[in-house]
Amino acid sequence: MQGLVFDIRRYSVHDGPGIRTTVFLKGCPLRCLWCHNPESWLLQPETTVRKNRIGNDTFETTEVVGKYYTPTELVSIVEKDYLFFDESNGGVTFSGGEPLMQPEFLEQSLALLHKKGIHTAVDTCGLASAERYKAIAPHTNLFLFDLKHMDSATHKRLTGCDNELILSNLRLLNTLGADIIIRYPFIPTANDSKENLNAMVSFLSALKGISEVDVLPYHKIAAHKYQKMGIGNWDNAPSEPTKTEIEQVVSFLKNSGYKVKVGG
Amino acid sequence: MTERIKQLREQSLRAINSISAERALLVTEYYKQQHVAARPVPVQRAESLLHIFSKKHICINSGELIVGERGPAPKATPTYPEVCLHSIEDLDILDSRPKVSYKVNDEVRKAYSDTIIPFWKGNSQRDRVFANVDEQWKEVYASGVFTEFQEQRAPGHTVCSARMFRMGLKDIKAIIDGTISTLDFFNDPDAVAKREELQAMKIAADAAIILAHRHAESLTQLATKESNPQRKAELEHMASICQWVPENAPRTFHEALQHYWFIHLGVITELNPWDSFNPGRLDQHLWPFYQQEVKAGTLTEEYAKELLQSFWVKFNNHPAPPKTGVTAKESNTYTDFALINVGGVKADGSDAVNDLSYIILDVIEEMRILQPSSMVQISKKNPDRFLHRALKIVKTGFGQPSIFNTDAVIQELVSQGKSLEDARNGGCSGCVEAGAFGTEAYMLTGYFNLPKVFEITLHNGVDPRTGKRLGIETGNVSTFTTFNELMDAFRKQLKHFVDIKIKGNNIIEKLYGRYLPAPFLSLVIDDCITNGIDYNAGGARYNTSYIQGVGLGSLTDTITAIKHHVYENETVTMTEMLNALENNFSGFETLRAKLLYETPKYGNDDDYADQHAVEIFNSFLELIDGRPTSRGGTFRVDMLPTTCHVYFGTVIGATADGRMAGTPLSEGVSPVQGADRNGPTAVVKSVAKFDHLKTGGTLLNQKFTPAFFNGDEAIARLGFLVRTYFRMDGHHIQFNVTDAQTLRDAQKHPEKHADLIVRVAGYSDYFNDLTPELQEEVISRTEHEGF
Repeated sequence: MQGLVFDIRRYSVHDGPGIRTTVFLKGCPLRCLWCHNPESWLLQPETTVRKNRIGNDTFETTEVVGKYYTPTELVSIVEKDYLFFDESNGGVTFSGGEPLMQPEFLEQSLALLHKKGIHTAVDTCGLASAERYKAIAPHTNLFLFDLKHMDSATHKRLTGCDNELILSNLRLLNTLGADIIIRYPFIPTANDSKENLNAMVSFLSALKGISEVDVLPYHKIAAHKYQKMGIGNWDNAPSEPTKTEIEQVVSFLKNSGYKVKVGG
Repeated sequence: MTERIKQLREQSLRAINSISAERALLVTEYYKQQHVAARPVPVQRAESLLHIFSKKHICINSGELIVGERGPAPKATPTYPEVCLHSIEDLDILDSRPKVSYKVNDEVRKAYSDTIIPFWKGNSQRDRVFANVDEQWKEVYASGVFTEFQEQRAPGHTVCSARMFRMGLKDIKAIIDGTISTLDFFNDPDAVAKREELQAMKIAADAAIILAHRHAESLTQLATKESNPQRKAELEHMASICQWVPENAPRTFHEALQHYWFIHLGVITELNPWDSFNPGRLDQHLWPFYQQEVKAGTLTEEYAKELLQSFWVKFNNHPAPPKTGVTAKESNTYTDFALINVGGVKADGSDAVNDLSYIILDVIEEMRILQPSSMVQISKKNPDRFLHRALKIVKTGFGQPSIFNTDAVIQELVSQGKSLEDARNGGCSGCVEAGAFGTEAYMLTGYFNLPKVFEITLHNGVDPRTGKRLGIETGNVSTFTTFNELMDAFRKQLKHFVDIKIKGNNIIEKLYGRYLPAPFLSLVIDDCITNGIDYNAGGARYNTSYIQGVGLGSLTDTITAIKHHVYENETVTMTEMLNALENNFSGFETLRAKLLYETPKYGNDDDYADQHAVEIFNSFLELIDGRPTSRGGTFRVDMLPTTCHVYFGTVIGATADGRMAGTPLSEGVSPVQGADRNGPTAVVKSVAKFDHLKTGGTLLNQKFTPAFFNGDEAIARLGFLVRTYFRMDGHHIQFNVTDAQTLRDAQKHPEKHADLIVRVAGYSDYFNDLTPELQEEVISRTEHEGF
């Protein structure tokens, strides 16, 4: 059994505690308007052109985005940094795409890491069957769970899917006693209305034990990726939130009783 | 920072680096005396120091609390014609060169042409060096395979011990008398030579005492004229201190600093030793004075800080003696490498961090000046708080302090044969060199250009730059059918060139022992007195000579590229590759892109490339480590470049890693600039694959933007990175914290960034003082943005 991975980043410091290696799995059920990782959408390898520059000259090579690994192969790569994990109480984070699009690969990889005593985290959009969450929960030390919008219709407009299943999965994980950090991608005009923030806080207050909300301010770093993947029109991108706007959101969440980190 | 310190700091920053002929004239005046020739050589050396210290101008700067200038004014830098005689042409170059210049006025030129040059021409140590090494050495030296540290500057490379903070020169003279009285004139054939050396040491001690007393007189005179009662009291107090130290052991914090400074001046005036001199473990040496005085209520933390800051200014007032030619290229900086050590462990192995360690870190942060350099020793026993405090200073972006692994340094020193206590009392000096402080003479002898040897291997022993046959014939590489044949040929060439270097070292070492002993330095390093042997002749307890390997990253990538493309994937033939290199990739741009972008590189935790770094290092080590030196010491290796990776790059054509002809090599043990693409954990893992404990120092430079240090959590993560590297026995890591945009702007508008200090390679320097190539190199070092 193999999983499709599009990137492995070491010294990743925004995806959970300590020094971590983040594994990005390819394939995502959502199509968020602001997506940073368009190369993660399709659950299949894609051939792209890479441009290597030397001075003013450009040299093109083809590059395949997405590589297959067995869980054992993947673990042998990520465990290269075990000393850093040990030293920093760090570990491995699975992100994507949506890692639960490849449930068996994910479950086996998590189980293997746990066997080696390595801390695991899963960064999820919340959209997968409840069974899949139940299967990985025992091998997952921490969930980084995205809440993009509380209103289902708006959620559908922004991401292509409604949010009922997402919210019910969050309740499920909470019932299972999982450690969860909420991640709120802050997209100006799209999901920063007062109503949405209130709805989010009110939803979370009904859950027990969730204490941290990370604010991920939207930024335009991905423009070149869209060009490279040959998709979408980046001209209509939202604007980046200002420092003051970020501070306002942070203080709202803090006042609501949550530990808040910007950038995760 | 107090007003006084602000002014002293400003004065030091504003002072113009210039050449002073004072010392050269005094030393000439001494040697011109008729009776001198009959004196034993060590006595001549000590008396010349006595002559200088009895006659030189005493400079006391307004407001300062620690006194003593080597020259007649701050940054007025003396010359050492008995070591290296500058020609008028040399002086013109020093005066006018765009970087690291020293102003030379007409008076100095006249002193040189009328007095100094006529007396010393043909008689300097540099003349002796070039007269004694053979033609083969000279040809190889000229080709840039290696450099020679001792051709313009005396050996030194050593550090003060705790003992010197507990003893006055008077006490040391009494010990010398004791040693003289026990000399065995019946059985020891060297007894006479030892007596001469010991007598010279006593004269040298007197020289420093006289210098201090002359300062006391000047201070007293200034005090009588001073109208401000507070300053008047200070001057009187300082006069009494200079009357007391260094003759007697210091009793107070203030005395301890002044005591050390006179010793420092003694060492750097006697000769122009590399790395000037160094108080070493300052937080340990000063701790008893600090603790006792704070308890007694005679010293406050604020005043201790002010004294330390005044002490800091003294270092900054003393740029490196002027260097020219290859020596200037290998060490192109005003920095003279006094490296203050803070932290680490005590002789009993316990955590040495104390309140003063933190106060010294405050001083480093506030002063923000080039000299002295500073470092923290981090042992597993030191608290994270200490490391984090240091990292917060690193964040401010002037490259200090650098971070060293105490536990690795101790293992390095012990494995070289030092006692555990001597090793624990040690640390690092210069750029990154491990040493047993106060007991070891660990001399750097020259950089060794590893990629150049490989280039010569590719040309069957011929230097393609000059067409000269420098190496041995190891075969036409185009006819080799396996990668191993190529590596065998490289190892043969490497042995050939290492042997030439070592032969030269053994000759030059002897010349220093015989013609330029250092009786003053011998007073302060154990066991020169007990042995009755000069520091430069092997009198220290431990004697080590280093050869410093340069270009590990570049050579690893070069060899990896050839293995990958020529021998395994057959992308190109060796003949085509040689053709591409000869043409500096002109017409071979696509191949170059492949070499740069589609080839495994060192620094990415990829064994395919990293195994060659291990292999190159081990070959170099085996050829050098443990061989005897002519002063009874041992040869060892370390891996650091200062600025030599730039010079060495200029003598090498294009290389198979995609590097263009003449451009800089990788520095230290860092990956090739821009070749590390998997983040800092991958870098430190690659770098830790060879055994740092077999070296006397390695240098790893990592460039980060300031954003990388934002917040306590980010600092903690960097702390983890450092700790993990040290768990893997990494020797040293330093961080450059500046964004490329700022550096680019500084290139365009140097006037706006005069205070911009960057980490170069084991030391920090003003960005504006770097050569354009070095500026480019600093910019191109991988920026770990966005992690």
